[in-house]
Amino acid sequence: MLSCKDVTRLISESMDHSLPLGKRVGMRLHLLICTFCSRYERQLLLIRDTVRRLAAMEDAYGSLAGELLSEEAKGRIRKSLATP
Amino acid sequence: MAQTANLDPSEWVDRFGDYLFRFAMLRLRDRSVAEDLVQETFLSALSARGSFSGISSESTWLVGILKHKISDHFRRQAREAPLGDGDLREHPDLSSFDGSGHWTSGPTDWGGNPADLYREKKFLDQFAECLSRLSPNLANAFTLREIEGANTGEICKVLNVTETNLWVILHRARMQLRRCLETRWFDRKTEKEP
Repeated sequence: MLSCKDVTRLISESMDHSLPLGKRVGMRLHLLICTFCSRYERQLLLIRDTVRRLAAMEDAYGSLAGELLSEEAKGRIRKSLATP
Repeated sequence: MAQTANLDPSEWVDRFGDYLFRFAMLRLRDRSVAEDLVQETFLSALSARGSFSGISSESTWLVGILKHKISDHFRRQAREAPLGDGDLREHPDLSSFDGSGHWTSGPTDWGGNPADLYREKKFLDQFAECLSRLSPNLANAFTLREIEGANTGEICKVLNVTETNLWVILHRARMQLRRCLETRWFDRKTEKEP
């Protein structure tokens, strides 16, 4: 019988490669009856989905989490481009 | 549309500096490293000017160069600080599970599945904060896999780890990140909203 600790590991692994049949079935059965683990899976998938949308909208990230290149760094880079 | 002749390096910093910097910051989490790699990107672009085909836009071309610099940086970091025990094994005191593998305190209810999180500035700040709290090996693996969407084979080469170890690292990265986001975002949010 798989423990919750085992299942969280399998949930993550299933996001990176397809699990062998036995493990997959064991994980799915556990998820049917375990509220915490199925919540865990939903949350990992939400994080994945959010990060993918974020990466697909790089410009939006820029305008939101807008840390800018400092003026000092810009000056330094301009200089290095002018005298390579 | 754009041709080689139209490249104007003297305007690069003003036109693309902030964009490339943010791109680098999301992946590197370190201001001075990000600044350095942006500078190196412009310098490489300057000397490779002749190879700009004009098929892609100038910004796509520059981002492509920056992506290579970021991979190289991850490779270097992995060489300098290879996987340690701390990357592969959870300290028992920090584990979410008891000795028999049951949750000691399970994931809390995040209240629905907000689909627009990636548009919320405050959430993104917390996400960046949580990512920067992971060990570099964990954060770099997560970045390559989820932000860059690289496949596990490529990531193993960059980080110089076996596939089995990569699964462990990604598992640990996701678990720590989830817990951090829960503490710093979701739990606070449900407290505020009745």
